[in-house]
Amino acid sequence: MDILVLITVIVMLASAAGVLLLKEFLSALAALSVVSLGLSVLFVILRAPDVAMTEAAIGAGLGSLLFALALRRLGLWHINSKN
Amino acid sequence: MRRIASILFLVGLGVLIAAIYQQMNLTSEPLVGRAINAAAAKQVGAANFVTAVVLGYRGADTLLELTILFTAATAGGLVLGRPRSGAARDPDAGPILLAGADLFFPLFLVVGLYIILHGHLTPGGGFQGGVILAAAFFVPVLARPGTSLDQPLVSAIEGLAGAAFIGIGLLAMLEGKPFLTPLLDRGDLGTLTSAGSLPLLYVAVGLKVGAELAGLLAQLAATEASD
Repeated sequence: MDILVLITVIVMLASAAGVLLLKEFLSALAALSVVSLGLSVLFVILRAPDVAMTEAAIGAGLGSLLFALALRRLGLWHINSKN
Repeated sequence: MRRIASILFLVGLGVLIAAIYQQMNLTSEPLVGRAINAAAAKQVGAANFVTAVVLGYRGADTLLELTILFTAATAGGLVLGRPRSGAARDPDAGPILLAGADLFFPLFLVVGLYIILHGHLTPGGGFQGGVILAAAFFVPVLARPGTSLDQPLVSAIEGLAGAAFIGIGLLAMLEGKPFLTPLLDRGDLGTLTSAGSLPLLYVAVGLKVGAELAGLLAQLAATEASD
């Protein structure tokens, strides 16, 4: 159980750093939803499945949709193939 | 510079959380969890005792939560406004999102409805299932920006669901009980028709949340295309 928590936390921290460091907005958005998914796994481990479902549905699902919409509205909804 | 500042912020937040974790006493007995868990199955009849708290013991809080969501969605809708009729729309998304939207629509629909209907038995419920329903109806709009949701229908579903929630609460008052007291037979613990009026309340919550968020997101998506 502890090793699972450790792996989840490391994945979350790595994706959170990725959100800050990635140059592609779409990749950063994907990394952001990985943070939310990791958090929902943590909630399941902490025996809070209701909170985990809310986190997965709102944090990873609806939040990412909202960010994707904002990216498209700002004209950043594309992969920049140059770099 | 900004990147360094954000990493510094991240490190600071990590230190703060670590300090809080040090102070927390994780091994102590929960204060009320055990007592509610023991009483909820008999009093409310819901196998998922989070639902017993959300709709049975604290139904008025849930109604306020819905009100907050409604107010936020209304304010968002007011700010967003409507696009001009002749305004240019974004082109359709790529093949992956188009195929994904078609493939996942029925899956999202079934999962969302399942979570709403089993809210009193398994983790989840109206809020989580409603969000999944909203995503089911919104992803096709994201894939094909030319299409849009039937906004009057969405508003009607939202209004009727909210009215149903309050109506079920008022029915309890007709019988001389406090507002939002669970009605009907509690049934057998763990079956789909157990927990009295709680599944009906969760269906109303799910439809309201789903219609609200789907309408808001579709309105957000329907604003004019950027140049």
